[in-house]
Amino acid sequence: MSAGANKAGKRTGIEISLAISEAAKMARVDAVAAYPITPQTHVVEHLSELVASGELDAEYICVESEHSALSACIGTQAAGARTFTATSAQGLELMHEILYIAAGMRMPIVMAVANRALSAPLSIWNDHSDVMACRDTGWIQVFAENGQDAFDQVICAFRFGEDRRVQMPVMVNFDGFTLSHVVESVEFPAQELVDSYLPPYRPENTLHPDRPLTLGAFAMPEIYTETRMAHEAALLASRPVIDDAWAEWGKLTGRHYKAVETYRTEGAETLFVTMGGLSENAMEHVDAAREKGKKVGLVHIRLWRPFPIDEMRKVLCTAAHVVVMDRALPPGAHGGPVFTEVKSALYDQSRRPTVHGYIAGLGGRDVTPADFGTMYDLAMAAVKEGKKEEFRMIGVRS
Amino acid sequence: MSQSPLPFNYPLSTELYAPRLIPKDEFIVSGHRACQGCAEVLALRHALKALGPDTVVAMATGCMEIISSPLPTTAWAVPWIHVAFENAAAVGSGIEAGLKILRRKGRIPDKDVTVLACAGDGGTADIGLQALSGALERGHKMIYMCVDNEAYMNTGIQRSSATPFGASTTTSPAGKVSIGQATWKKNMAEIAAAHNIPYVATACSSYPLDIVEKMRKAKAADGPAYVHCLSVCPTGWRIPTEQAIRYGRLAVETCVFPLYEVVGGRYRITYKPEKKRPIGDYLKGQGRFRHLDEATIAKMQARIDEEWEKLQAKADRS
Repeated sequence: MSAGANKAGKRTGIEISLAISEAAKMARVDAVAAYPITPQTHVVEHLSELVASGELDAEYICVESEHSALSACIGTQAAGARTFTATSAQGLELMHEILYIAAGMRMPIVMAVANRALSAPLSIWNDHSDVMACRDTGWIQVFAENGQDAFDQVICAFRFGEDRRVQMPVMVNFDGFTLSHVVESVEFPAQELVDSYLPPYRPENTLHPDRPLTLGAFAMPEIYTETRMAHEAALLASRPVIDDAWAEWGKLTGRHYKAVETYRTEGAETLFVTMGGLSENAMEHVDAAREKGKKVGLVHIRLWRPFPIDEMRKVLCTAAHVVVMDRALPPGAHGGPVFTEVKSALYDQSRRPTVHGYIAGLGGRDVTPADFGTMYDLAMAAVKEGKKEEFRMIGVRS
Repeated sequence: MSQSPLPFNYPLSTELYAPRLIPKDEFIVSGHRACQGCAEVLALRHALKALGPDTVVAMATGCMEIISSPLPTTAWAVPWIHVAFENAAAVGSGIEAGLKILRRKGRIPDKDVTVLACAGDGGTADIGLQALSGALERGHKMIYMCVDNEAYMNTGIQRSSATPFGASTTTSPAGKVSIGQATWKKNMAEIAAAHNIPYVATACSSYPLDIVEKMRKAKAADGPAYVHCLSVCPTGWRIPTEQAIRYGRLAVETCVFPLYEVVGGRYRITYKPEKKRPIGDYLKGQGRFRHLDEATIAKMQARIDEEWEKLQAKADRS
């Protein structure tokens, strides 16, 4: 088959949650353990259907909580089975303890997270509060921009997560409702293409009596620090493997992914920084503003952990001003997590832009292309007045 | 030593043939860091002898985990995993499902592997109860063994819901206005049996042959099996280390902790004391009970009598 023929996948209109389940199926997962939570439900419902119909030969464990979901996933993964799960919000927080353990035990589970706000008050709607509370769990964390991205990232996640040089769990974040429940045109590659890209899972260390191993031993102070440092080193070392996996996927499908994507950044004086599905709204604003002669561009972060610090410095230091939009409010932290991360990355750069942080779109509040105009105007006003703004909430009713 | 090591109604033959009835293989090996006189690790050792080498163990955080696995060493000769405190049943169920699918797909050797999930009383009756109930309900072919030393011994003798009434612990201390633990021991074997699983049994660290027999039955069960093993802890019970076996026997002889099994819903008392001893025989000499007055002891005796009657009635009906 020629490369050109490979690229011709089958294009289908499909709900993004279902596309994610189909991606897990095409990755030929051996096991799924999951617990339903809005807005992740359609992912696990469709996976259940695929198992029930025999289209996916996997063990589906209907656990009694998210805590047990991830615990069972560690069990299946430790047995040597390729494992997938999905969750959201409160479910992710119920898993919280086990997230660190999955990472520390180097279990390359892939988990789709339909991002949602955290209680209280209860909100089933989209923002990034859930995943931001899990920022430091040691997982590779990717944010999808649209349905195709989410579908592709699930397959790519198995490839780089399971790589012997990486062996890390991967979270594929996709916005609840605004992505999860939206029908999009998604191109499905041929199964042979996925099989050639993603070989069967052959882990080095598994639980089997033919080769007894002890997994999950405890560490005394003499060795704990070294194990954490080893994890840090391994997470940072995953970068080239992730890049290679995306490059290979690009060659096969024609869809190229990078840790940091740029949109109309050439000659931009002001750069927006976004993550997730709202990046496309930001693009619309950038197009409109450019037509009016404003020199703006967009930097979209796909890879949140390990944080692509070099690319971020390189691209942001070309601008005079940076406007960061966060989808989570860490109370008392003086700014959203992306804002503080970006500011910290730029602090010791010799030529650095001013950085303005805005928190928007909490608990399903809409963020329109016009809202990016508001952020831009507020940032420019602050620059003009020479004001050092910490951060500001956008769209709050007084 | 003039005193017989088997003082309670055991036929002489048991004493003579016991060593031949128990496999010599060891799967939790010496060098671990259990307290002197720990009967919990003894119970676990015998359980593993019954299960044999083709076993994978998923263990909760607790005494048995911490004594056996200081990185980079291990006391385990079978595959073993520890994830967290409350999820041994969930991890075990994942291993069972994982091995099943990989065997079906021909990616691992085609042989039976027993999955043993194991936790203490805290990891079972308190923080791990939900995960255990979920795993039993889902019907995984897995053995769950609770090694019950009746408190959070690993963290320093704090009470659990499996701590017996009247026991003084560091979070249920006896005092001027406290008799110690003011609640009755949670009956985990009954909770397990309520899931209608094929096999439930109680066991005790002082009865190794019984442990071996019950673990073999648990292994053969067509579905989840639950074994609740009272495991004497000299450190937490405040008894001399050489008395661990004796106190386990007394727990059974007084019917404080009866040995029975529930097979397909049918109850069978596996060891019936010829003469039920008074509870005082069991309480006497245990530091955790030394503050109890006669009235409280009488109350405990009444409860034990009632529970024993109920159990016998169930066995009679079966």
